[in-house]
Formats: sequence, C-alpha cells, structure tokens
Amino acid sequence: MPFTSIRELLPKKDLVGFAILALIIIVLMPLFLDIFRLNLIGKYLTYAFVAVGLVLCWGYGGILSLGQGVFFGLGGYCMAMFLKLEASSPEATAIQSTPGIPDFMDWNQLTELPWFWEPFHSFTFTLFATIAVPVLFAFIIAYAMFKRRVGGVYFAIITQAIAAILTILIIGQQGYTGGVNGITDLRTLHGWDIRTDSAKYILYFISAFLLFACLFAAQYIRKSKLGRILVAMREREDRVRFSGYDVANFKIFIFCAAAAISAIGGAMFTLQVGFMSPSFVGIVPSIEMVIFAAVGGRLSILGAVYGTFVVNWAKTSFSESFPELWLFAMGALFIGVVMAFPNGLAGLYQSYIQPWLKTFINSMLSKYQQYIPAKFGLGKPAQEAAK
Amino acid sequence: MFADYTLNELTSIFAMQGFAGLILFSIFVLMALGLAIIFGQMGVINMAHGEFMILGAYITYLSSTVVSEYLPGLFNVYFFIAMILAFVVTFALGALVEWAMIRHLYRRPLDTLLATWGLSLILQQLYRTVFGAREVGVSLPDWMMGSYAITDMIEVPINGIFVMVLTLIITLAVYLMMQKSSLGKQTRAVVQNRQMAGAVGIDTEKVDRYTFGIGCGIAGVAGSAFTMIGSTGPTAGQLYIVDTFLVVVFGGASSLIGTVASAFTISQAQSTMEFFLSGSMAKVLTLLTVVGILMLRPQGLFSLKIRR
Repeated sequence: MPFTSIRELLPKKDLVGFAILALIIIVLMPLFLDIFRLNLIGKYLTYAFVAVGLVLCWGYGGILSLGQGVFFGLGGYCMAMFLKLEASSPEATAIQSTPGIPDFMDWNQLTELPWFWEPFHSFTFTLFATIAVPVLFAFIIAYAMFKRRVGGVYFAIITQAIAAILTILIIGQQGYTGGVNGITDLRTLHGWDIRTDSAKYILYFISAFLLFACLFAAQYIRKSKLGRILVAMREREDRVRFSGYDVANFKIFIFCAAAAISAIGGAMFTLQVGFMSPSFVGIVPSIEMVIFAAVGGRLSILGAVYGTFVVNWAKTSFSESFPELWLFAMGALFIGVVMAFPNGLAGLYQSYIQPWLKTFINSMLSKYQQYIPAKFGLGKPAQEAAK
Repeated sequence: MFADYTLNELTSIFAMQGFAGLILFSIFVLMALGLAIIFGQMGVINMAHGEFMILGAYITYLSSTVVSEYLPGLFNVYFFIAMILAFVVTFALGALVEWAMIRHLYRRPLDTLLATWGLSLILQQLYRTVFGAREVGVSLPDWMMGSYAITDMIEVPINGIFVMVLTLIITLAVYLMMQKSSLGKQTRAVVQNRQMAGAVGIDTEKVDRYTFGIGCGIAGVAGSAFTMIGSTGPTAGQLYIVDTFLVVVFGGASSLIGTVASAFTISQAQSTMEFFLSGSMAKVLTLLTVVGILMLRPQGLFSLKIRR
C-alpha cells in the first residue's frame, strides 16, 4: 500500500472539506428539505458522479470527453431494463397481445423478448452489467484511440460523435429500447416499491454514500503516484513517455474509471427518478455535464459536487421563472468559466475566501487566546503571535 | 434487399438517391469548408459554426422578405445580394468573436470548444427570441422552381442543381484563395510555422482574425444556400455540426481536397442506404463506419505531412 496513514491520504484541509460536504448532503439537506426537493437534490447527486469522473479524466488526465452521457445512460439503461422486466410480469401485462414483455415492445409488434434483454432478469447480473457494460465500451473507445496516440480535440469530437450515434440508435430502435420516451413506468425493485416517500429517502442516502465512496476513490487516485503521473502526462506527455511510462495505459485506465463512476450515477438516477431516456445520452446533456465540472473547478473533486449543485439549482429555478433566459445564462456560464475563472468555484475559493478565512481565524485566535484553555492547543500562528 | 427491384428500377433508385446525396454533399462541403479552414489551419474547434450558418440563412430570409415587400423588381436576383450580405455579416461577427474570445484561448484548444459551445447556446436563444421558434422558409423566384426530367423515371429539382453549382464555385474560390492569394499563402505559412512566419513580417494575429472570419463567412454563404432546399429553425445548425466535424476529421483536417472527398463519401453512403434502410439506421451505420475508420486511421483520408 502506498499510503502509510490516513493522514497522508486525507490531509487536514481535505478532511475538513469532506466533512463539510458530508454534513451538507447527509444531515442538512434531509433535515430542511421536503421530499420533493430532496428527490431533486438526489437527482443532482447522480449528475455529480459524472462531474467527479470528469474531474479525474479531464482535470487531471487532460482528456476531455464530450460523451460522458453515454456512460451515464448505459448504466441507467442497464438498471432500467431490470426494473422494466420486473414491472412487466405476465400477470401485470395480461392485457397485451404478448404478456410478459415490456409494454413498448408490445406496441412495436415484438412477440418475444430480445436476447440481450434475457440476462437482465437477474439482479446480480444487472449490478454487474451496470458497471461492466459502460466500462467495456469505454475501454474499446479508449484503447483504439490512445494506443494510436490520438488525443485532445480529436478525442473530444469522436466521443461526441459516439454520443450522437448512440442517441440516434436508441431513438431509432424503438421496439428494443423504448425509443424517444425511454424506459418508463418503473415500479418495484425485488417487490420493494421505489415510488414511495420512504423509498426515496433510502435511495437518496444510498446515492449519497455511493457518491462519497467515489469521492474517496477519486481522492485515493489523486493522492497516489497514479495521480501525479496523470498530471505530468497532462502537462508534458512526451517527457512522461520518455521516462518509460506507457502513457496510453494510464489514459485508458482513467477514462474507464470515469466511465464506471458515471455509470453508478446513471443507475442511481434510474432508481430515484423512475425512468431513463435518450435525453440523458446525447450531445447536449454530455456537454452540460462538462460544465458542472468546469464550474466547480476542473481540479477539485469536491468542487465538482458543488458545481453540479449550483448549475442545476440555477437551471431549475431559471427554467421555472424565466425559461427563455436560461440558455443565455448557460451560454454566458460556458464563456465566463473558460475565459475568466478557469479553475471554477474551487479556484475562487482558494484565491479569495481561503486567505480571508485564514486571517480571520488567526486574528480571532490571537484576540481571544487567553480564553482558550491551553490543552486544546492553539493554532500555530496564534502560538507565534504569543511569543 | 436488392431482389425486390428490377435492374432498371435499381438504376433509377441509385440515380435519384445519388442526386439527393449530392445535395447533402453540397451542404456538407459548404459547412465543412469553413470548418476545415478554421480547424485545419488554426486548430480551433468552433462549435458555433452551425449557428453562423443559420445566421446566413436568417439573413437570406430577411432579404427575401424585404425585397419582395419593397423591391419586387429585383426578386429574381435577390438571392445573390442576400448571399453577399450573409458573407459580410458572418465575416464581421466571426472576426469580432475571434477578437473578443478565440485569440485568448489559442493555447487551450479544449477550452475554445467549451467557450464556442456557450456562444452557440446564446446565438440559438437569440434567434429564437428574434425570429421565433418556428421554422421559416424563403420564397424562391420562379426560375428556381420545378424540376428537370432526364428520363421518365429520373427527375432532378432545379434548386438542387443551383445549390450544387454554387458549391462548386465556392469550393473553387476557396481553393484558389488558399493556394494563390497572398492571404492564403500567409495563412498556410502561419500554420506551418507560426514563429517563423512572424519573424519574416507576417502579422500573425491579423491572419488569424481574417482566417476565422472567412471560415465563418463561408458558413454564412452555406446558410444562404441551405435556405434554397430546406427551412430554417433556431436549432437547425446543431443538427449538422457533428456530421460536419466528422467530415472534416475524416478528410484529414488540413486538406481541402480531403474534406471534399470525405463529404462526398459520407453523403453518398448515407443517402443511398437511406432508401433501403430506415433513415436513422442509415445514419448510424454511416457514422459508425466513419468513427471505426478514424479509430484505425486517425489522421484521416488525406493527411498533410508537416513537422510540428
């Protein structure tokens, strides 16, 4: 193990950041929001998975993927297929001309379940496929591209084209995929109704814990040797290659890792929102997911979560009151975050709030130090001031 | 899938679909030419390219309305005025965008992509606010209506022929400009070695601005031509952007001939398959093939060998 202690993996500063985020997501949000708003936040949480994946592969690896919606969608569709099969048992679909197959297949004159739907009767297989299918897909793309040293802008265009292809395919193959409406009307998971309020609470907490698991994994990658190689690769790919590293393998790994994280988000999205549709796969949603990471700060995994919240909250409130202004705001956000704040919220925090916070805490400490018992230990600057 | 048709019918189908493919080819070429200049020569991804095209289309729509209202005598030739107007306006907007945005981002190509995407969102919403969400179409002068029958089974629409001739002229003009004019020579010099070009006295910033402007201007002309064969909506540009990027990359980013060749291949493959399969499957198969070939041959069909 490269890490000898937890302190090394999670320095004090990061630990505080994780703790504050955990406090907000796990304690404050469920306490103060009603179930409708909380479910909305739960939906944002699932987008945050994608943003965290993008921080890893774009911020650290320098690989801009404009097709993260593909992996989000594939994860979500795998989960949706299982839920749909459970919802269309022969008893529940007795009025169809072929009972026991999903309703949209019946509408499209299919008389039996397609072969690739069969394994999704099993929940174990579904859990496996939710991660495995997107990762395999990501691996094929990344292997073909990175082994031939294609990167940068070309990679972005190809991933975007793949997002477009998959959307057209899903919409075109209505009988197999549910078409433009997607897979809807999902009800139960092993007989457990996912539409009730209590189920929504439980799913929210599962999403939150999974998100933190992914954040810890991302933090591990960030702090490990792998993370440093990724940064080196982003800055000077040739030098890393000449130092004897196989650059392509690192790129493939980080792209697959980002795909896996996005896929978990997609699966949780299906569970919480109760449907999956091609509108989360295409070019527009995929590039919107990039803006979540960019607003949060492309180098900050915690920032990505905040960025997702801020952008989506703005989107929801704008589209409720001024729908026509939203696209202007979104466009300005894209331009502004690139031109003026390339490090997003995290950059703003580091350059303005953090120094202010530091001087504020220090001045407070030195002002009131006689009231603080010595055994609690004064902050270092305060001790210096006391000398 | 061919068995249901007689040989004669098959010939006609291929001829008709081939012609439909040629119209698609014209649109691809016109859009891709502008992109190829900007991306191939400058390495900048302009995601708002489709919106520049739509701007050209809206300008044509406006001039068609104005001309038929106030100057009905000129209606037969308004299209040429509209095209020049479209070029001038999109050129100016393009140069402005380069000055305000792109020139700060040359070292960060991925960020240019995001910034221009933001620009495209703003332009889309602007069109929706100004022109409304509904698609608009221009009224064609009489001489462009109707179609020309070659045999009793093969008919070609006249506006299609017009657009193709237009494409041919514009392509030739762009080719000559890049090869012969001093601006073209300067552009190519800057692409091959920016520092050296600057050292021998070429104003590289000015060349960048003109190149970007001309790329956008060609998009505007493409939009003008687009109104001849289809109607224009605020989001029409986005429909073509991915296809055109693939055309440019597939052709080899810095080769104009490659762009034309790949536009031809992709459009013909798509429209021929469209007759036999459903439209969406034809598109999926075409794009998949292109992506597959690009994975095997990332430099595209025609690649320029230069030292970087």
